[in-house]
Amino acid sequence: MSAAKLVHGYEVVIGFETHAQLSTQSKIFSRASIAFGAEPNTQACAVDLALPGTLPVMNKGAVERAIELGLALGSHIAERSVFARKNYFYPDLPKGYQISQFEIPVVQGGAVSFFLGDEKKTVRLVRAHLEEDAGKSLHEDFIGQSGIDLNRAGTPLLEIVTEPDMRSSEEAVAYAKELHKIVTWIGICDGNMQEGSFRCDANVSVRKPGAPLGTRREIKNLNSFKFMQQAIDYEVRWQIEQIEDGHAIQQATVLFNPDTGETRAMRTKEDAADYRYFPDPDLPPLVISREWVERVRSEMAELPRVMAERFVNQYGLPEYDAAQLTQSKTVAAYFEAVAEACGQAKLASNWIINEVRRFLTDGARDDEGPRAQAVREDGESIRVPASTLAKIISRIVDDTISNASAKKLFLEIWTAEKSVNPEDVDATIDAKGLKQMNDTDALQAIIDEVLAANPKNVEEFKAGNSKALNGLVGPIMKASKGKANPAQVNALLLKKLG
Amino acid sequence: MSELHNKSVADLAAMLKNKEVSAVEVATRFLARMGGNPHNAFLDIHSEVTLAQAQASDDKIAAGTAGPLEGVPIAHKDIFVTQDFATTAGSKILQDYRSPFDATVVTRLRDAGMVTLGKLNCDEFAMGSANENSAYGAVTNPWDITRIPGGSSGGSAAAVAARLTPAATGTDTGGSIRQPAAFCGITGIKPTYGRASRYGMVAFASSLDQAGPMARSAEDCALLLSAMCGPDLDRDSTSLNVAKEDFSLGLMQPLQGVRVGIPSEFFGEGLASDVRSTIDTALKQLQAQGAKLVPIALPRTELSIPVYYIIAPAEASSNLSRFDGVKFGHRAKEFSDLADMYERTRSEAFGDEVKRRIMIGAYVLSHGYYDAYYLQAQKIRRMIADDFQQAFSQCDVIAGPVAPTTAWKLGDKSDDPLANYLADIFTLPASLAGLPGMSLPVGFGENGMPVGMQLIGNYLQEARLLNVAHQYQLHTDHHTQAPGGAA
Repeated sequence: MSAAKLVHGYEVVIGFETHAQLSTQSKIFSRASIAFGAEPNTQACAVDLALPGTLPVMNKGAVERAIELGLALGSHIAERSVFARKNYFYPDLPKGYQISQFEIPVVQGGAVSFFLGDEKKTVRLVRAHLEEDAGKSLHEDFIGQSGIDLNRAGTPLLEIVTEPDMRSSEEAVAYAKELHKIVTWIGICDGNMQEGSFRCDANVSVRKPGAPLGTRREIKNLNSFKFMQQAIDYEVRWQIEQIEDGHAIQQATVLFNPDTGETRAMRTKEDAADYRYFPDPDLPPLVISREWVERVRSEMAELPRVMAERFVNQYGLPEYDAAQLTQSKTVAAYFEAVAEACGQAKLASNWIINEVRRFLTDGARDDEGPRAQAVREDGESIRVPASTLAKIISRIVDDTISNASAKKLFLEIWTAEKSVNPEDVDATIDAKGLKQMNDTDALQAIIDEVLAANPKNVEEFKAGNSKALNGLVGPIMKASKGKANPAQVNALLLKKLG
Repeated sequence: MSELHNKSVADLAAMLKNKEVSAVEVATRFLARMGGNPHNAFLDIHSEVTLAQAQASDDKIAAGTAGPLEGVPIAHKDIFVTQDFATTAGSKILQDYRSPFDATVVTRLRDAGMVTLGKLNCDEFAMGSANENSAYGAVTNPWDITRIPGGSSGGSAAAVAARLTPAATGTDTGGSIRQPAAFCGITGIKPTYGRASRYGMVAFASSLDQAGPMARSAEDCALLLSAMCGPDLDRDSTSLNVAKEDFSLGLMQPLQGVRVGIPSEFFGEGLASDVRSTIDTALKQLQAQGAKLVPIALPRTELSIPVYYIIAPAEASSNLSRFDGVKFGHRAKEFSDLADMYERTRSEAFGDEVKRRIMIGAYVLSHGYYDAYYLQAQKIRRMIADDFQQAFSQCDVIAGPVAPTTAWKLGDKSDDPLANYLADIFTLPASLAGLPGMSLPVGFGENGMPVGMQLIGNYLQEARLLNVAHQYQLHTDHHTQAPGGAA
């Protein structure tokens, strides 16, 4: 682990438990649908309602998704894992116990690697286990009573547990984003955080560097990356204040309130229930043969980290670029298409990381106009075909257009009503007058004008201040409407002044 | 003996098939016998449902689409959920509960053509050895109404013995088919764990519960078991993936050379002398028919009592959590908050024995005690299963008593749970090992009460057990004896 960032002299220690809802058609132990948003209690069958005589039967699709996650994270897939009953009474827990995995989980070990800025981080996994979700208690709309909706009861979950390897809220969020990317990439979870398909619990503690681990408090149900960071930051500050004030931290489960920005304890360790775990006698141990694992592996799409390695080897990209390009399947496929078409992998990478991804994810910029904003809200489609971006890059390489013009062209095409094909790129360059000025005489004339208008810069440069040259290049590029070739401008200027 | 209610399942099936009698006639006859609910054996009866099923059977017989047991009546232990009859599991907490589906066993017997007479009394959640733990009153033994019929399938055993039904289903967790069959002088078999689907059986102890038939003869049990068993992999994860079997096929095999293992531990001090001598006579009969008696050892027999009374309550404590007043069944009328609702509901509607087992179960699973009790019990359970494998290397079937005594008087042990538990000693080992076991009547004790002999087979050897029992019954008439007034 690299040197930890300290907060008021304290090291922050964070571990995560993430509940990923698996993208199966039916529930983990019954055939009822798991579709979100149905009328209460319309998607709960006799098994989900725990009617007398019902029994759980394992959904193979949920197991396969667990195997996929294990393969994606380099974990050990247990040949034999065991379902256990976690016993407690709650109205939205129909059986009075939750079927989970306790002593022997299906996925063991593994790691998640990602970049925090340009620093590579690795968070080790303890385990990932299969379990069923509970129903929902609805406390509103029922004066003095609670409504119970069991549609969610029995929904398959994979609980993914890390070691306490994270050292800042930024790192924690980066981990969560990376895990989110992986589960959606391999398609085992739809990643919808608002609907609760991907919920994180953060175990947070602080300590003086080198001291043993501090007492942790668990922040439950963080369902957005923004709240995650706010909650952890608040919790860290709160814990440090407590310690500085001479109070010991009590192990507790806390909830984050986005309205107040504070965390508040739900229950402390003293009132922690004894769950009386024991192996579920209704379910034999889950046995996963090597053949099954290999069959799942053979049917899986290329994993992000494997693809990133390939990008480094095949296209000679820096590891950072490869990691950025493999943030989503769409972007990765787009990169490959552009790189193949123009033969300029690094340029394609730069364009995609700096321009395409900005267009996909950033808020609209003021200088882009309402049309661009409207397009942004349209969703996550890349509106410049890969072959078209390849053509643009080719035109930069052959000096037809400058980088600056290329960006204008790109914005033009991105926001165009109609898709612009590669064969239309040259016509668009002409129509928008973006062609680079390769006419030396015309450029010469602009340079003369600018030199005459900026005698002070000329003097400074001649006196030995090389930076004064920048003060001249800018106005020249501006006067050429960005069409001048910056390299040519530099060469001509130096010749003129030298 | 010519009366319909004295006919065996096999005879009734043949008569119905040959149209010597109609299913409606048969059903009507048994419904009439059930009038007034003798022995408090039945918990729910709907004659219109029964007669409609019987009429449907007659239609099928007429159409030539009859199942193998078309029109033959059966009644179900109230542990099996049914759409057409209430299912209470003998508990107040499920009073008037109606299941939206039928148990797999019920469906399979219906598919074979059987007509349902009603639901049978049993100990609450099948917890008991005397049928005195039913919330709906005790069942009396047709041989002596001052005595218990055994449990937990006491209603099933009493109804078959009293000729209120030619056959019944039972469930056996620690002996609940074998012991009441023995006490009421009928034949019953618990198959290998996983042979019969548990789907639709109100769960007591999931790793032990197993359904089986109770009737008057091994021949009838073979017919019924053939219809009940078979894989149910989409509904029950513990269902064995073993093809359906016709258990009648091997019945006629002679006993010549069959090695019958006699475990010395089943014939120790606790065994009543009249039971011992009756079993000895039965073993001599087997010998006379060509079987060879082989002494064997089941050294952990005594340990099966503590092991069973840890594992079964542990599983029960969890299985019964769903009866919380939230979704179905009884809910306390008045309560102050959620915890109070749970507490009152369960306090009001569970009987003492159920509460006792929930508490024992919760205790042995709780933090700090789990290793010493539950885990240790599981280890010994495996050793008990290993002991049987050792024994089966020397013999084909194991024979011994079902219970140390014959049926005791109502109320005799009702205040002494431990005495009840100890009486299960001979049936618990096969349950813990998941082995098939059966009980067949082999005579009577000093008090005139029936004595049952237990046969235990290796995994999936039900056909062998039924074969030995049938061969014995071909040469004896204990299984045809009817209690006074029943014939």
